Amino acid sequence: MKRLMLGNQAFARGLYEAGCSVVSSYPGTPSTEVTEEAAKYDEIYCEWAPNEKVAMEVAFGACLAGKRSFCGMKHVGLNVAADPLFTCSYTGVNAGMIICVADDPGMHSSQNEQDSRHYAMAAKVPMLEPADSAEARDFVKKAYEISETFDTPVIMKMCTRVAHSQSVVEEQERVLPEKKPYVKNIAKYVMMPGNAIRRHPFVEERTRKLIEFAETTDLNRVEMGDTKLGIITSSTSYQYVKEVFGENASILKLGMIHPLPEKLILDFAAKVDKLVIVEELDPVIEEHCKVLGLTVTGKDVLPLEGEFSQNLIAEKLGVEVPASKKLDENLPGRPPVMCAGCPHRGLFFTLAKNKCTVLGDIGCYTLGAVAPLNAMEMTLCMGASISSLHGFNKALGEESEGKTVAVIGDSTFMHSGMTGLANVAYNQSNSTVIILDNSITGMTGHQQNPTTGYNIKGDPAGKIDLEALCKAMGFERVRVVDPYDLAQCDAVLKEELAVAAPSVIISRRPCALLKYVKHEKPLKVVCENCVGCKSCMRLGCPAISVKDGKAVIDTTLCVGCGVCKQLCKFNALQNR
Amino acid sequence: MTKNIMIVGVGGQGSLLASKLLGHLLLTEGYDVKVSEVHGMSQRGGSVVTYVRFGEKVYSPIIDKGQADFIVSFEKLEAARYLEFLKADGRIVVNTQEIDPMPVITGAAQYPADLVAKMEALGAKVDAMDCLSLAEQAGSSKAVNIVLMGRLSRYFDEIPVEKWQKAIEDCVPAKFLELNQKAFLLGRG
Repeated sequence: MKRLMLGNQAFARGLYEAGCSVVSSYPGTPSTEVTEEAAKYDEIYCEWAPNEKVAMEVAFGACLAGKRSFCGMKHVGLNVAADPLFTCSYTGVNAGMIICVADDPGMHSSQNEQDSRHYAMAAKVPMLEPADSAEARDFVKKAYEISETFDTPVIMKMCTRVAHSQSVVEEQERVLPEKKPYVKNIAKYVMMPGNAIRRHPFVEERTRKLIEFAETTDLNRVEMGDTKLGIITSSTSYQYVKEVFGENASILKLGMIHPLPEKLILDFAAKVDKLVIVEELDPVIEEHCKVLGLTVTGKDVLPLEGEFSQNLIAEKLGVEVPASKKLDENLPGRPPVMCAGCPHRGLFFTLAKNKCTVLGDIGCYTLGAVAPLNAMEMTLCMGASISSLHGFNKALGEESEGKTVAVIGDSTFMHSGMTGLANVAYNQSNSTVIILDNSITGMTGHQQNPTTGYNIKGDPAGKIDLEALCKAMGFERVRVVDPYDLAQCDAVLKEELAVAAPSVIISRRPCALLKYVKHEKPLKVVCENCVGCKSCMRLGCPAISVKDGKAVIDTTLCVGCGVCKQLCKFNALQNR
Repeated sequence: MTKNIMIVGVGGQGSLLASKLLGHLLLTEGYDVKVSEVHGMSQRGGSVVTYVRFGEKVYSPIIDKGQADFIVSFEKLEAARYLEFLKADGRIVVNTQEIDPMPVITGAAQYPADLVAKMEALGAKVDAMDCLSLAEQAGSSKAVNIVLMGRLSRYFDEIPVEKWQKAIEDCVPAKFLELNQKAFLLGRG
């Protein structure tokens, strides 16, 4: 049956059809739906791992045991999983293993714009790059074949526009691969120096064989059109190139991005008058062509940053773009905001009120940095809040200890906050760490994690007790607050900052968007009481605005959390 | 010839159902279809945009400036924001609802006045209607998306109304079907 599928959904379909048995991932936009969709197939064991390193090691263990396996992550997740990646390149696999990495050119939902293709080169593993949903499904099957034929994990690189675009896929049946029994092989799988030194030549030889494969595989294809212009491209850039040039250029579309073919590129180059490389982010194909001695146009005209589009490519390559009209006025922006009723809001308000220096982390609560709260001063990567706070306090001592905190979500804490907290406990800094426990992984769209008590399918699972965990690490001061209770948050924060000992505050209330969370009735404004002081506006709640000098509650947004009520000295905000 | 529909609005307004409906409908009509959406950070009450493209063969999943045959906007300011994506002879179908963005809420900016007239002054064909009232009339303020789809359907002579209704049946949970069919017809007018 023909269906419209997200690239990620098609990827999951490919895993199902190719007989994948074990999936372990950590959510991250734009990769999350591959695993969520895979979990809908009962034939595949799926799980959310605490982080990408764990996920990749689980997938490796499963392929070692003889089952086709998969792990998925966003580009920055591959940084976390880089350790197992570089060495499972040496061990190779037993059954096939695929790693999905999803880049985010344009940074729709990311903290950097790194180009994951460098990982394939650095770790010396093959990388495939589909350009739409149908290819995502097909390439999964090919990736497993490559993995098993060449004894290597295979990376499939997605990007936002392939992962989150729907295009047509025709479903096929699931075919189980032949059995691959586990065989003890110490020389292959125990990567101590004496063994690893013998595996390195294997890796180099494998790359040579993969280059030969790249010359003839149908993953790479030539579409001859007008030969005045030849374009080498891949992924979503191919779609933009086709949109702009159609048959007016010849195209070499690369589906295998590492290793790159040599003869195929040289032959193509010989057939065209001018050669242009169209690739988002870094000049990976371009540098390869230059090494082959070719003269090419690429990053001299196309940008290194941001995502491409048909107009961008047209404009940079001298093709006319359609005219457009723009309103001649500055329209107010609409940045993302914390939702009405978000449990993070009350806590961030308290931090702002106490003029705390807040070292933050990755999640919805990074929005604590935006106006009007402006209550976060650093965000680096998953888990960095706690470790950076420790460093900050070691550097400044008493100068910072009483007013500086780390904030980290429950899922991010499980991902890589625990090790930072262990460092605080071990090397003893007088740090106050706040775990924002909203009982879910929020930003990526509500995935379960080790603290929620449920697994990826929503069934009951192990549940890590945050208080017990912190106490076991040696924290004597572990406090729990309700972020809807501003007075309590304020009192506990002041106490923990004042005390000369490391402490953890758990700010606990489930995400207001969770289906099981029951909302109160929207608040009402008692107009005769409202003096228009705008105290309630300091929260930055999207449900409150001021019209004609009085507060107005948007009843379609308000969930009755009552935090604003606590700020009103005139009793103008009341329950219905 | 590829046709382009942009759906714009505020994160959480239900644009994903609108694009799902369009994608399903256009695929059953035999077109090649691509639908592109953004997830993650942008969904948290921010400005959101979804691209729907259909035709004999669609390449790019996104719509660029000057290319949209239709901009379907869940909110007035968002229609104005994406105006430059409209084709010279394109049409805007817009819900006249105003949702204040944070800079307006905090008083750092004002919600711009007379946006529909300003867009029309630039030559855009604007079909503006109060979809929120119609959605409430149908039974739920959440049905704004289907009211807008009803309005959009007026401009597709080649697709009979029954096909739209069948697509709604395929895409909406049974318990909300009646409400949504009503919303569709109210929007279509």
